[in-house]
Order: sequence, then C-alpha cells, then structure tokens
Amino acid sequence: MTLFYALLALGSLALIFGLILGFAAVRFRVQGSPIVEQIDTILPQTQCGQCGYPGCRPYAEAIANGDEINKCPPGGEATVKKLADLMGVEAKPLAGGEQAEPVKTVAYIREDECIGCTKCIQACPVDAIVGATRQMHTVLIDECTGCDLCVEPCPVDCIDMLPVETTKQTWKWQLDAIPVTQID
Amino acid sequence: MEKLIQQIKQGKVWPFPGGIHPPGQKGLSNASPITRLPLPDKLVVPLKQHIGANGQLIVEKGQTVLKGQALTKPVANWSVPVHAPTSGVITDICQMPSAHPSALPELSIIIAPDGQDKWCELTPHIAFADLAHDELIDIIHNSGISGMGGAGFPTYIKADSRKPIEFLIVNAVECEPYITADDVLMREHADKIVTGIKIMQQLLSPTLTIIGIEDNKPEAIEAMQQAAKHDDTIIVQTVPTVYPSGGEKQLIQLLTDKEVPSAGIPADIGVLVHNVGTLYAIEQAVLEGKPLIERVVTVTGNTIHNAGNVWALLGTEIKHLLDCQGFSPVPQQRVVMGGPMMGFTLPTVRIGVIKTTNCILAPDHDELAEPGPEQACIRCSACADACPASLLPQQLQWFAKSKEYDKLKEYNLFDCIECGACAYVCPSEIPLVQYYRVAKVEIKEQQAEKIKAERAKERFELRKERLEREQEARQNRHKRKPAAKSADEKQKVADALARVKSSDEKSDNKSAVAAAIARAKAKKNSGELEPDNSEVAKERAARKEQARAYKAQKEAGSSTNETADDKKSAVAAAIARAKAKKAAKADEESVTEQVPVDDKKPAVAAAIARAKAKKAAKADEEPVTEQPPVDDKKAAVAAAIARAKAKKAAKADEEPVTEQPPADDKKAAVAAAIARAKAKKAAKADEELPTEQPPVDDKKAAVAAAIARAKAKKAAKADKVEELNEVSVVSEPEQPQESALHSDEDKKKAAVAAAIARAKAKKAAKADVTKSADEVTVSSELEQAKESAPLSAEDKKKAAVAKAIARAKAKKNQQEGSDKS
Repeated sequence: MTLFYALLALGSLALIFGLILGFAAVRFRVQGSPIVEQIDTILPQTQCGQCGYPGCRPYAEAIANGDEINKCPPGGEATVKKLADLMGVEAKPLAGGEQAEPVKTVAYIREDECIGCTKCIQACPVDAIVGATRQMHTVLIDECTGCDLCVEPCPVDCIDMLPVETTKQTWKWQLDAIPVTQID
Repeated sequence: MEKLIQQIKQGKVWPFPGGIHPPGQKGLSNASPITRLPLPDKLVVPLKQHIGANGQLIVEKGQTVLKGQALTKPVANWSVPVHAPTSGVITDICQMPSAHPSALPELSIIIAPDGQDKWCELTPHIAFADLAHDELIDIIHNSGISGMGGAGFPTYIKADSRKPIEFLIVNAVECEPYITADDVLMREHADKIVTGIKIMQQLLSPTLTIIGIEDNKPEAIEAMQQAAKHDDTIIVQTVPTVYPSGGEKQLIQLLTDKEVPSAGIPADIGVLVHNVGTLYAIEQAVLEGKPLIERVVTVTGNTIHNAGNVWALLGTEIKHLLDCQGFSPVPQQRVVMGGPMMGFTLPTVRIGVIKTTNCILAPDHDELAEPGPEQACIRCSACADACPASLLPQQLQWFAKSKEYDKLKEYNLFDCIECGACAYVCPSEIPLVQYYRVAKVEIKEQQAEKIKAERAKERFELRKERLEREQEARQNRHKRKPAAKSADEKQKVADALARVKSSDEKSDNKSAVAAAIARAKAKKNSGELEPDNSEVAKERAARKEQARAYKAQKEAGSSTNETADDKKSAVAAAIARAKAKKAAKADEESVTEQVPVDDKKPAVAAAIARAKAKKAAKADEEPVTEQPPVDDKKAAVAAAIARAKAKKAAKADEEPVTEQPPADDKKAAVAAAIARAKAKKAAKADEELPTEQPPVDDKKAAVAAAIARAKAKKAAKADKVEELNEVSVVSEPEQPQESALHSDEDKKKAAVAAAIARAKAKKAAKADVTKSADEVTVSSELEQAKESAPLSAEDKKKAAVAKAIARAKAKKNQQEGSDKS
C-alpha cells in the first residue's frame, strides 16, 4: 500500500513537472540560435570572405556549428580572444599565420587611371564605392571595410589598399618604445 | 538651494578626495609683468587649434592679410575660425608639425609678418548689454574663441547652453606648478575679466558666479575682488592649494559640493566653467572687436634667464619664445608644452603657439628629472589615495596592461582626468597616465570599429536585399510577358469556347477548360506559324520566278540589267541558262580550255553553292514579312542554281547513274532519283515555268542543288575520264552561279561576268570548227537527256548509250588535253 502511494505521489509530481516543462518549452521558445547573433556581433563585419564563408554571418553560423574560431584575419587576435571567451574554447593563433594585429586598410582608387568599368562597385559588399559606367569611381573611406574584394576585379589595377592614416584621435603613446638617450 | 548659496557666500569649500602638493615653482615667473615679444620672422597658424572640426580656408598662398583678418570661416559643427595674428603675406599653406605629443602634421598657414602690425577694420561693441543673445554668440564664434585652459572646447557652444545654468564658475585656480599665466592676467586685467564675466552672465543668466582662485595667488585674489566688488552676484572664492583643484569636475565639487555624473557634462547639473583667459578673450572680442590672436604664455624653467609671462601671438614658434626670454639649453634639453604634470615634451621647438598653450617649460635635469625605468607595482595604493576622481589607478593599470577593456570600462576609466597625480606619487615610477591614455584610445577605436561594423553589416544586408530584389524584378520581367500574353489569349479562347460550348461545357471544371484552351492554343500556334510562312514564301517565290522566267525568256541572249531585286536574280538565271546552252555548244572547247582550272572551280563553286544554300535555308526560316526582298532573292538564286544543276544532272544523268555505284550505292541512288526528279522539273520548267516552281520548296531546291553538287563531285572522283566530261559541263553552269552570287552584291560584277561569259562563248564558237563532231554528239546527248527525263521508260537504254558516248568523248578529251599540254 505504501509503495502504491509513493508511486502515485512521484508519478503525479512527474506529470505536473512534465506539463510545466512542456508548456515552458512552447511558451518561451527562442527563435533561431542566439549564439549566432552573439558571434556575429563580435566579428568585424568586413564581409571580406577570408574565412572561406560568404560574409560574416555565415561564418558566425559555422562557428556556432563547431568551426574553428581563428579564421578571421581582419578581426585579429582580439576577435579570436573574444570568440574563445564566448565559445568556451582555447584561443588559437590565427590560421594562415597572419600577424596578430592586422593593419587596417582602406581602398583607394587612383582616379586618373580608373576607366569606369563598375566592376569594383559590383564587388564591394558594403556599397562603399560610388561611380557610374565610364565615370570615375571613388571610395567612401568612412564606409570602406578594407576587405580587399575590389582589388581583384579591377581590370586596370588602379585600386590600392592603403593603411588607415593615424590621426591625433587614433594616435597612441608608444609605451614599449626604448627611450633614446644620448651618451656623452 | 538657498542654503547652498548661503554656504558658498560664507566662503565654504568642499574638498575633493585625493590630490597632491607638488612644489609650486610659480615664483619663477609671476614676479614680472607680461611682456610683449618682438615680431617673429614667421608665424605658423594651424587651422585646428581646438576640439572639433577646422574651419574652411578662405585665404590663399601669396595673399596679403591684415592683423585680425579671418583665415578660415566656420562651416561644420564645432568649427572655429582662426585669424591672422599680424599683418603680412601668406608664404605657404602646408602640413606642419602640430602642437601634440605625436607632432602629427596638420594643415597650417605660414605668414611672413610685414612688420607694420596693421589691424584690419574692427567693429567694437561697447554697449554689449544692447546686443541680442545670438549676436553675442556670433561675435564669440567668429572671434575664434575656444577654451584657453587646456581642452580647447569651442566657447560659443558652451555660451549657448540650452540647459539652465545655476552657477557660472570662473576657473582661475591654475593649480599646475610653474604656470602663472592666469595669475598675471588677473593682476593686470581684472576689470576686463570681470567685463567678460558680465557678458557671460548676460548670455547664461546664472544665479551666482564664483571665481575660484588658489590661495597661493594673493595679488590676483585682491585684484579680482577689487574688480568684482560692485557686483554681488560675483563671488571670489579662495580655495586651498591642492593639485588638481583646477580640474573642471574637481573645481565644481570644491566650490558647489556638486558632482558631475560619470560621462556627463557640468551643464547637466546646472554649472558652467570658464577659464579667466577665455573670459578676457570674450571681453576683447566684444568690446574691442579683436579676435583671438594672442594669449599669455608662461615661459619658465631653470634654463630660461628671464622667466616670465609674455603676450605671444598665436603661431609664434616656441623657439622664438625661448630665444626672446634668454634660453641656455642643457644637453638633452627637454621643452615641455603645458605644465610638468599634464604637459608633454615637444618633439621639436619649431611648433607654433596655439590657443591652448599656457606654458612653455624648459627645465634642467635637476628640477624635472627624466622618469626612471618602470618598476613592478608594489600595491602600495598611494595612487588610489592621490586620485581626485576616486578611481583605483592600480587596478586600471593591470587591466590596461592586459588589455581588458571591458574591465577598464567597469572601473570607470573614462572618469580619469589624466591629471597625473597617481604617476606623481608612484614609487615604482610607473607611467600610469600613459597606460590610461593608450587604453582610452584603444577603447574609443574599438567603439568606433563596432559602430563601423554595425554600419557595414547594415549596408551589407541592405545590399543583399537590394540584389535579391533586383533579381526578382528581372525574373518577374521575364515571367510576366508570356503570362500576360497567355492570359489575353486565354481570355479570347475562353470566350470563344464559351460561345461554342456554352450548351454542354458548363459543368466542366476550370482545369479541364484550361487544358482544352492550352491544347487549342498550342494547335493554333503550331498550325498557324509555319504553314502560313511557307505558303507566303512560296507564293512570293512563285510570283518572282514567274516574272523572272518571262524576263529570262524575253531577254535570254542579252545581259542588260533591269531595275529592282528580281532583276539580278533574273539576270543570273538568264546568264546561267545562256551559259548552259553555250556550254553545251562549246563543250569540247571549254573542256580543253578549262582543264587546268577545273579542279579549283568545282570546289569553289560547290562552296559558294553550299553557302548560298545555307543562306537560302536560313532565309526561309526567317519570317517572310521581315525580309521579303532578301528572301525572294535568295530563293530565286537558289532556284536558278537548282535549275542549272537540274539541267546538268539531266545531262549527266546517264553517266553518273552507272558510275556512282562504286562510290556509294545509296547516295548515288538517292542523288539519281533527285536528279531525275529535278530533270523532270527542269524539263517542265523549260516549257512552262509558272507551273514548275510553286510546288517546289526553295529549301528543297537548295538541298537538291547541294546534293547534285555532291553527286557531281563524287562522280568526278569516281571516274577521271568522266570527270573531264562532266566537269566541263559542271564548271560552265557553275560560273554563272558564281556571277549570280556576286551580282547579289554587285551589279557591275554580274555585268562583267556576263561579258566574260559572252566573250568565252564567242571563243567557243570560234574554236568550234575543230570539235564540231563532238559538240554535235554532246548537244544531241543533252537533248536526249532532256527528252529521256520525262520518258522514264527509255531511261536505261539511253543512259547506256549516253555513257558510251560520254566515255568516247572523254577519251578524246584526254587526248586533246595531252596534245594541248
């Protein structure tokens, strides 16, 4: 008899909790994978495709599905570190042996050489190049992500990737510089 | 509130936490009055001397400017103009090292003074009380005034505060060691500073104005009290000498017991702080109309003989200041812009004074030692005790070193005012402030990058959307047209069907109807398009041929040209026929004549014929309505060729039939059949052309021609003896083909060809004498062939006979050929 009561009690409890869980699963369902969103915000959004995926979001999805976290050269070491923190894995050096701190670049069109073929405009993932057919093109520096994708299609090789100039706002004290002293 | 004001009026101050007491060293420079420097050789005026955007350049190289003339005009937000500090000529506008620790180049205007120091026209406003708020703001803005305490914030923005201001605080603390610029300015120009305060009061209408002065400047305090004694809204408050009480946030706390919220501005709590130097500049701008072109600079340090304060024109090189005050540099001399706590060592002394330059310090090694090597942090917490912002400098240092920027933000790095108190007290000589500065820049960069990444993502996604939309639009464009058509047709057919089938189709469902419609439509389409075309084409071809045949009959001998397109084809046909006849007559002659040319010609002719056949075939497929003349022409030409071939075939009928089997049984048979059919047609055509062509498709004719040619080739290959015979026949009619083709392109050529043909015919006639016998046989053979075609029963016999004759003839030809060669 005691056994029966015990079974009854446990069974009813299991049923109640099961119902609660079942309701919660339906009521509080999370649409999509939130981790992909989080990874996507860490990625630099250059949309350069250097990771082998067509953009940052696909790579975020790939990471969420277990791909390596060290395939983003524009993000550099900092991005790898953040991704490692988020994913709970060991931070690795960048794949392909790129330098840890990528030099930020922007595309620059040598305008007198531009023939106005619009190929770079079509290649730009963020619409940062303006121009029209047979008209000179130019890069909106503020919008350029430095992804390199416009360099390849240019038939006259008039696009350079120039390092972003240091301004007073971005200038940093060089703390690791060895002070120069004059020996008398 | 009342209580607070009461307390302030009683002289109560609220000390802020931390702070240090470095040796003042102010006595070096505050003893002497402000001196005026001789004009320098050149002035380097950077376009940007404040926080915000630089103005737009309105002068050019080589232009002569007067003292006080604007060099730039404000454009974007927070842009402040700069003015010519003296009259002279602009020698250059170029990138020059800027007054910044990095000395990064900045666009600067270089002026060579002319020595006259001539002012431009000034518009002073003595009665500033009559000026409207906006007028005053404009004057301040256009005079290029920005904060002269150190940060360089555009004053017009501060003065135009939309927030209600309770306390206007005048920062005359000047807490940093060595600097006495504000001190001496107050001593000498207290009245003007108070006037400046009144202008600010007019703009901001604060409840109370507090002038905060450290107690180490008794003369300045006295002077200010004297100047402000008639105004009870202005209080001169003496504050204890603690570094950094001159910091904006610290001073507010010190004087009003209010704390500026983190990441906030003083206006948020109803307080506004202005430097005395700024107020003096405002007074000058409003009352005298003078823009900001000079400022008081303390030139001090143990290496300066006449340490003191000078009126330095903006743009005066530091070197000039040092030289004028008697500078005797020591080895590895450092020159610091600003004070010893917050200033920075200049990379070069060829940098101009800017609006925020309050001190040039040229210390020797004893008074300001080079910082020693950095030691490890011993966690003494002296820095935390010294920090006026109640931060934990030691923690910040760890995080800055390990680049944990989130932690830094958590520990309120951005509340750090970079006063340097922590580094000053650090026993390990850790350059703490430098670490924070780097970390701040990095964090700002990261934030900027994040914003940029956000925008890039947005742009990327918008672009993707756009591309998808465009693609969809393209697809829709392709889809819609046929859909619309079918819909129209459907409607029509449906209507028709409905009319026809209204009695019994009512019960049918829509899909069945649609299927039926589709079927009907398909039938319609397939049934309509092609037959219509071909019928029209045939009719046209028939008509053309009729006309041409008549013309050809009428003018068989003559090669005169007629008008229009049919003319050409008619001529070609006529020539062809004439040639054929001539060829038949001059058979033998031509054989001997053309033996060397034979091999080439048939090939060429065949190629031409094939090309033509293709063209004809193509043209046939093309809509008749589109290119009727071309089509007709080609068809006619093809027909002409076919006819010529048919004749040939008929002639050579008997010979190839028997000879071809060794080459190819099937083809020969087919060719023979075709040739026979053609021969029949040709025979008929000779008599009644109109009835001949209509049933024959142009395409078919072309095909037949091609086949006939192929056959001819084969025959030629199969038997060389026969070839000589046949080719002579083939080559002759082929010539007109050629000329016909050319005549398509050129009438002249046709005419020439005709002429040549005629000439040849004449020759043939002349050469006739020797080969008359053969000719006769050939001509009779031709006639026989013509006759034999319709009379198919006698075909075989005649063929055999003809073959024998041909062989005999060929032998003769061979002999002739060898004789001639």
